[in-house]
Amino acid sequence: MKLPLSVADVRSRIKPGDLLAPAAFLIVTAGLLFILADRSGWDASRVLNFYTFFLTFVAIYAMFALGLNIHWGYTGILNFGVMAFFLLGAYTAAIITKPPASGDFVEYIGGYGEKLAFLPFLNSEEWLPFLFGMATAAVVCGILAFLVSIPAMRLREDYLAIVTIGIAELLRRITIEEQWLVNGTRGLPGIPRPLGGLVEPGDYRFVLLGIVVVVLMIVYFAVERGIRSPWGRVLRALREDELATAASGKNVFSFKSQSFVLGAMIMGMGGALYAYAFSALSSDTFNHFFATFLIWAMLIVGGPGNNKGVVLGAYVVWGFWNITLLLQGYDMPGVIATRIPFIREFVVGVLILLVLLLRPQGLMPEVRRVSIWVERHTKATSGLAQESAEQTETPSN
Amino acid sequence: MPSRRSPFINAIAAARSYYRNLGDTASAVVIWALIGALFVWALIGETEALVIGIVTGSVFALGAIGLTLIYGILKFAHFAHGDAMMLSAYLAFFFLTGTVVGERTDTQPLHWSLNDLPGAAEPLMGFSFGYGLLLSMAVAAVAMAIVLVVLDRLIYRPLRRRGSGIVIFAIASLAVAISLRSVILMFWGPSPRFYVRGIRPTTDLPFDIRVVTDQFFIFAAAIILAALVYAILFRTKLGKAMRAMSDNADLALVSGINTERVVTWTWAIGGTLVAIAGVLLALQSQLKPELGFVLLLPLFASTILGGIGSPQGAFAGGMIVGISQEVAVTFGFLSPGYKFSVAVVILIVILLVRPRGLFGAQQR
Repeated sequence: MKLPLSVADVRSRIKPGDLLAPAAFLIVTAGLLFILADRSGWDASRVLNFYTFFLTFVAIYAMFALGLNIHWGYTGILNFGVMAFFLLGAYTAAIITKPPASGDFVEYIGGYGEKLAFLPFLNSEEWLPFLFGMATAAVVCGILAFLVSIPAMRLREDYLAIVTIGIAELLRRITIEEQWLVNGTRGLPGIPRPLGGLVEPGDYRFVLLGIVVVVLMIVYFAVERGIRSPWGRVLRALREDELATAASGKNVFSFKSQSFVLGAMIMGMGGALYAYAFSALSSDTFNHFFATFLIWAMLIVGGPGNNKGVVLGAYVVWGFWNITLLLQGYDMPGVIATRIPFIREFVVGVLILLVLLLRPQGLMPEVRRVSIWVERHTKATSGLAQESAEQTETPSN
Repeated sequence: MPSRRSPFINAIAAARSYYRNLGDTASAVVIWALIGALFVWALIGETEALVIGIVTGSVFALGAIGLTLIYGILKFAHFAHGDAMMLSAYLAFFFLTGTVVGERTDTQPLHWSLNDLPGAAEPLMGFSFGYGLLLSMAVAAVAMAIVLVVLDRLIYRPLRRRGSGIVIFAIASLAVAISLRSVILMFWGPSPRFYVRGIRPTTDLPFDIRVVTDQFFIFAAAIILAALVYAILFRTKLGKAMRAMSDNADLALVSGINTERVVTWTWAIGGTLVAIAGVLLALQSQLKPELGFVLLLPLFASTILGGIGSPQGAFAGGMIVGISQEVAVTFGFLSPGYKFSVAVVILIVILLVRPRGLFGAQQR
């Protein structure tokens, strides 16, 4: 019989690397809260407001990072065009939920907001169009991903990366050049907000956070479940050795396409949430840094192949991003103050490089897991479950 | 050992390989025919766009030659290439004018720059610039070569030693691209800049074509450098080692080639090409930090169109991409904003039809 854990036992079980993740979380949280409090003159309600807003965007970015984790973390598909799905999802959701275009300088297609609220009960105008918008965003992104995957999944990974950058740039150019489509450079302001009419505008941010977190949780558990299934095992096998997977009779192209489409659909939903949360879109919203690099930074820092790690990565990187934004409010020499936006981009780039060089597995390394069935079996049959299902770190590629 | 297969199966195998080769030849013939048609059409109908396309193509060609060397020898997609081009253009701008952004967004001229040399700003042979720019270009080329070699030592070599896959290099070079771009923004700010202000002298060519005189310089520089790279690759011992490494790095290592030295030289040559391509690009249009990343698309399209690892292919690819993107916007249904998107289409088509490119080695 084992006694309850002793201090020495705990110490021997914790490796120094394990402390990185909680440490990063604590440092970012403490830093953010301190600066928020200091900037707002120690006003708790303002700190809470900003922190709610911050968490909303962490959750939205975590959606993109989860989608990218399916692509790169689990399947090894190098997608440098996250922006393509981000943009497509956001614009699709926006034009579906907005009322039809009216006015002199407003042109866009869609505008089904009022028609979609067809249920006569339960205030359907407050939620139904948004569900449709999000579903359409996911479907449209899935279709784009499928079309891209037909040529691209048969190619080498680095070719795919270039093609995805190309697609993202192409979509961005289309939204800028085609005035009739989504109002060109003038953008789409005034996107309706889900459940917006039910609460006071001042309290809306909490509702928004609730919505976003619920969607994130659903997606998170769905992805976790999918990855632990035999389907997810094939994806991970593909990442490790494509040839061996093909040799054991799996259709490589089909599985890679499925992974690409699924990840893209999650990104599309994230884009839809972004449109609802931000309530305005313009061509400035989307650039390669903001919509692709930052999400890659979250994935690499958090730990590719670990969904928890990816959410943590979104928290840490977005936290860093906001801390540096808030630093701008302090009195600083102009030389530094005007350059903070560029310095933080530089730091994000260097951060990715440092993680790649010094800790390629990220803050939270991937957990080696054969199968959910093996775990259940060992747990049910032996008291040695702890030892046999011991979660070990996998060396990253 | 002769195989004891039935003649029937042998015949099928022979037919299959025959048709595979036929398909390979056919795709090349179709692509070359399309390129020929485009060229002839442009020559007759849109001569001016053709001339501009050749100039744009020269810049792409130079960038793509550097990219194809790195891609072929180091076996990774160098996503920082476009941003490195932009950074070196800014470095040349800095050496030429001594300008950096000062306290806030104002510009802060340094006390001395290359343009202060006696007569450095005097226009040279009808061009808009003097020998100061040539000197700055040379200094920027040396600086960029050093920067890329240092980056290799700091980042890519540890990854190489660890045996990382090509995708890790791709991500690392993407991170380098972000960092280089933010360095540009930190020192020179987001607003566009020019080497020489004012109206640039033009030259009239036959058939009513008027070109900016600087464009002759761009074209000539591209031809000379491409020839130089070709000479290095095919006439020197270093070039032989580079080609050996491109074919098979392990085999090159066991046959006594110092592969790390070859890698260093590849970065140095690549850096020189990057820098000159960047300066020529800025001379052709302007200096803009965002241009670097978008530039990746035509560069990669040129590299893959020409065949990875083939400098003559990269040159041809750059020209073809440059000409097609200038000519495509004259059709009327594409607005000029789509220029770089033409490269995306070329890229996707070539990857579908003939992934090894026009001059690339056949993969078996």
